[in-house]
Amino acid sequence: MSTLDIDVRPQAGPPRGAAKAAPRGHRRFGDPVFRVVALVCGLSVAIAMFTLAGVLIYNSWTAISELGLSFLTTVAWSPNGGSYGALAALAGTAMTTVVAMVIAVPLALVIALLLTELVPPRVARVIGTGIEMLAAIPSIIFGMWGLFVLVPFMQERVAPLVMDSWLGELPLLRPGPMFQGGGFSILTAGLVLAVMVLPFITAFSRDVLLMVPRVTKEAGYGMGSTTWEVLHKISLRYALSGIVGATFIGLGRALGETMAVAYLVGGSFLSVPQSLFDPGTTIASLIALQFNEATTKLDISALIYMGLILFAITMVFQVLAQIWLRRARRTTGGRA
Amino acid sequence: MVGTTVSETLDQGGEILVAPPTEVAAGRSAAMDEDFDKLESVISVRGLDFFYGKEQALFGNHLEIKKNRVTAVIGPSGCGKSTHIRTYNRIYELYRDHKATGEVMFGGRNVLSSGTDLLDLRRRIGMIFQKPSPFPMTVFDNVAYGLRQHYKMNKAELADRVEDALKRSALWEEVKHKLGEPGIALSGGQQQRLCIARCIASEPDVVLMDEPCSAIDPVATAKIEELINALKANYTIVIVTHNMQQAARVSDYTAFFYEGYIVEVGPTTQIFSNPQQKQTEDYITGRFS
Repeated sequence: MSTLDIDVRPQAGPPRGAAKAAPRGHRRFGDPVFRVVALVCGLSVAIAMFTLAGVLIYNSWTAISELGLSFLTTVAWSPNGGSYGALAALAGTAMTTVVAMVIAVPLALVIALLLTELVPPRVARVIGTGIEMLAAIPSIIFGMWGLFVLVPFMQERVAPLVMDSWLGELPLLRPGPMFQGGGFSILTAGLVLAVMVLPFITAFSRDVLLMVPRVTKEAGYGMGSTTWEVLHKISLRYALSGIVGATFIGLGRALGETMAVAYLVGGSFLSVPQSLFDPGTTIASLIALQFNEATTKLDISALIYMGLILFAITMVFQVLAQIWLRRARRTTGGRA
Repeated sequence: MVGTTVSETLDQGGEILVAPPTEVAAGRSAAMDEDFDKLESVISVRGLDFFYGKEQALFGNHLEIKKNRVTAVIGPSGCGKSTHIRTYNRIYELYRDHKATGEVMFGGRNVLSSGTDLLDLRRRIGMIFQKPSPFPMTVFDNVAYGLRQHYKMNKAELADRVEDALKRSALWEEVKHKLGEPGIALSGGQQQRLCIARCIASEPDVVLMDEPCSAIDPVATAKIEELINALKANYTIVIVTHNMQQAARVSDYTAFFYEGYIVEVGPTTQIFSNPQQKQTEDYITGRFS
């Protein structure tokens, strides 16, 4: 305590004879070898990306040349009726994803803040582990839970309640022509998606919030800030880019989630849902459900075209996220 | 001189610290001539004990912090220097099972008592930390942070006050074209002065500095020491430092801490030239660190 913390005693070293051992000449090859290995691994990611895009384009070429961009504006997917359209699925994907994110992001942020700032560390650890376990549950389980629990609940309780009140008159809640009782619906699928992406966003957000330096938070309190002020003016801003990253991971999962949604969304391929209680479809679930039915080359090609669209959408979101993050970082200087 | 660290001091033997540079001599005479007991105390610490869980870290601390003076808190690592000043604004409370008992009188009341308005206390007793801690926002917003929080004012007045605080922190000339850039983009020393500007913008009475120069380079350190000298006209400053020369350079009074006890308090020159206690002498002559 009162002396320098340096151990000045003679250090135990290798035995004296060791100096005569053969020099380890091969040591110096390590770095170049590692550099090559790292380069190959890094390149393989880029190659995989481009190959994937290439394969999607190649296999969907029949559909692209035949249907062109009108594929995107044609509503119904009905190969037997000669209608190849992605709009219903695009709309369904957008709606389920928005429902999921609107519910999951705020909830995840509140939980993450709770875990990092407000509850004792031991409690936070228990809850945190629970959330991580939730993230590891296969999506089919969520699908079954939705099917057996949420669908009846929505159909028997929620939908009638909304339909019988003034809420049922509002746009997006007023049942459309395809209304089937509200059990299998955009809203049900969105709710299950929210539950599925919640643990991801929570866990990532918690991790970036934990990276906010203690001294920065102390400085906030030291300026006479309330807990709330420190949380939203300092911690959240500091962790902003990480939280946006977490949100995009959740978004990517919500956009691409297939089986759970296919179970619950109602499989209505013919029209754009008018209401959250209407059945619909999403790109991913439509591909999954329709692949067995696809008979002609054009059928298959059009499905792959749809996959290409999903691929493009996720790419665009990634790029937008990066641009936005760069701008945010320039003005706030937050890290992570 | 500025760049000399404690360990270098130790290498040179035992007497360097009693040969301070000239500007210290000026500060010294001021403190030597005045009567400590007659000066107005801004903070009076009486019988302060501190506990980390069951482990007691401070034992019956008594200390008077005098108005518009710089009080240095020195002592070996782990002696409770930081712990002591962290009771003044109750920042220690952020951590569970950190507990302080006793009296820290400020503005006519014991800040450790339960009725203290913490937000106002922390406005009136600002704090600068070891590591520069700019908030993740622009230079301007950093300085405006406390102003926006504690006062209602229009944009023009806010801008004036920010400029004023930056000028008083000797940072204005360096950042006046960078007000819209992130605070984190400044150099380490500038960041620390930004934190000082942020602190004094909300008009505190006392500025606590917890080893404010330990993470920045010697040139930046010299600037901050200069700033401390200028600031004491308007503020009462308490500075924790492990750099004894820094204590000698910037402070009027020095308190020497050892293992949670305040061993000796007095005019800085007296502490460094003629310590009354054996432990103080051992410490300042570098017999332990």
